[in-house]
Amino acid sequence: MSEYHDLIVVGGGPAGLAAACAAWEKGVKDILIIERDKELGGILNQCIHNGFGLTYFKEELTGPEYAGRFIKMLYDTGVTVRTDTMVLNISPDRRVQAVNTHDGFLDLKAGAIVLAMGCRERTRGAIGIPGDRPAGVLTAGAAQRYLNIEGYMVGKRVVILGSGDIGLIMARRMTLEGAKVLACVEVMPYSGGLNRNIVQCLNDFDIPLYLSHTITDIVGKNGRVEKVVVSEVDENRAPIPGTEMEFECDTVLLSVGLIPENELSRTAGIEINPRTNGPVVYENMETSLPGVFAAGNVVHVHDLVDFVTAESQRAGRAAADFLAGRSVSGDADLELACGDHVNYTVPRMLRLANIDKAVGVFFRVNKVMAAGTVRVTDAAGAEVAAFRRQHMAPGEMEQIQLPKVLLEKAAGPITISVEEASE
Amino acid sequence: MAIRKMICITCPRGCHLEVDTETLEVKGNTCPKGAEYGRNEITDPRRVLTSTVRLEGAPGACRLPVKTAGPIPKGLLFKAMDALNAVTVTAPVAVGQVVIHDLLGTGVDLVACKQF
Ligand SMILES: Cc1cc2nc3c(=O)[nH]c(=O)nc-3n(C[C@H](O)[C@H](O)[C@H](O)COP(=O)(O)OP(=O)(O)OC[C@H]3O[C@@H](n4cnc5c(N)ncnc54)[C@H](O)[C@@H]3O)c2cc1C
Ligand code: SF4
Repeated sequence: MSEYHDLIVVGGGPAGLAAACAAWEKGVKDILIIERDKELGGILNQCIHNGFGLTYFKEELTGPEYAGRFIKMLYDTGVTVRTDTMVLNISPDRRVQAVNTHDGFLDLKAGAIVLAMGCRERTRGAIGIPGDRPAGVLTAGAAQRYLNIEGYMVGKRVVILGSGDIGLIMARRMTLEGAKVLACVEVMPYSGGLNRNIVQCLNDFDIPLYLSHTITDIVGKNGRVEKVVVSEVDENRAPIPGTEMEFECDTVLLSVGLIPENELSRTAGIEINPRTNGPVVYENMETSLPGVFAAGNVVHVHDLVDFVTAESQRAGRAAADFLAGRSVSGDADLELACGDHVNYTVPRMLRLANIDKAVGVFFRVNKVMAAGTVRVTDAAGAEVAAFRRQHMAPGEMEQIQLPKVLLEKAAGPITISVEEASE
Repeated sequence: MAIRKMICITCPRGCHLEVDTETLEVKGNTCPKGAEYGRNEITDPRRVLTSTVRLEGAPGACRLPVKTAGPIPKGLLFKAMDALNAVTVTAPVAVGQVVIHDLLGTGVDLVACKQF
């Protein structure tokens, strides 16, 4: 007979920790967290910079401090943890198969599952940079791990491709540790990172940011990167001949995006939203498989851990409700569609019976706007709600609260769109 | 009179500020912290420093993440990094434990961010 747990949480990062704690508080007393790393905390263990917890704890913590607080909360519960254990397979009947060096192969059964596997970085292969294949080209997150956890410097003269937050944070980190960061190169006309990181990681150290530029060649004939060629790109992101600049460097760090880690979800047959690469979720973070919930970076890439925590608590509480038979599974009453300037929404489907007073909806815009109005309209074109916002950008996730009373009156699919305010 | 444009980094919202460098009047801030940040950026810019120091006695770990308990003058960041390189901490360590008292005479302590 296989080992049974009411709730199995896959992944022990901030998402898994918050989901497990929330489910425990709502009465689930048999919970197992499975984490493949040696310790809990996920990506936060290597994010030693500050900027975590401003919303949730009302103070500015570093990644390890934020994780530490949740790990402490977890140890005050009776939640069981298996670290150094990798989940290999999840099946639709909520069987979880995992492996570790202590128990060997584990065949587990769960009443409910929360998926909290986080995401991984896009690599050079995923974006196809031309040139040689020397040592010294690595993802910014890998460099972050080497430097902050293992204690290795990865280079002395660095060019960073991509202006996502990890790249920006690493520009500062490498500079403080004595490296020369020559440039941060971004193919889009705007940065994918938070404004505050541009200021305190690039501007503070006079590191130039080249927008609408990309690396068109990596040169390294003798085994290590020697230089890179950077070119300006046109509006179709095609390099413009004649704009080449050369940087002599020994290291290229890639910060070119994160991909939710959903191999397990896909093999389980869970429906994936092509816009987020994460599971399509209902109002309570339930996936297309009843009793299987998902939260955190595995659903969509977050810039702020506080939002991960909030979303994961929602998933944990929903798993508790599911186990106690307090929630409805099955078809949606309302679907959320993306209108103008909206890239995706999480959740994408709503069942009103599971919504208490209001449902929080996360989304991202596809354009930098100084000001605008978020409009929520129903199938008949009637306005359900509207929210005014100052400064919206693709790098900053937006959140709105839709009250249940308004949703009950709405007809058919609901469209969320953003109207840019004219100057 | 000169106006300096800057982005408030006090919280992820990143308000666009306009600061008068003489009167220190701040515009564009959403909350009072932004006004304080804007004024300080002109008179005494400060940053919180986060880094790691050498760690001994903790199985499987060799670096201890640390931070300054408050912001220190921006101009001292690299000097502070040198001071950090001279330190070794031996486990056990608790979160918030002082690693360097009164870092470079700033009155700000360097503290541990993780328990080992
Ligand atoms: C470099 C960087 C800088 C950031 N800076 C900030 C910031 O300044 N402020 C802020 O608020 N937020 C920041 N964030 C965002 C925030 O840290 C993340 O959104 C958050 O950590 C995501 O949490 P998670 O639990 O979903 O994923 P993760 O932290 O990635 O955790 C997922 C866990 O699942 C485990 N796992 C995956 N697959 C399996 C499997 N098959 N079996 C077992 N375990 C598995 C992984 O080992 C990992 O521990 C930053 C993120 C990064 C990467
Ligand atoms: S002014 Fe206030 S709200 Fe705006 S970024 Fe600064 S601290 Fe945040």
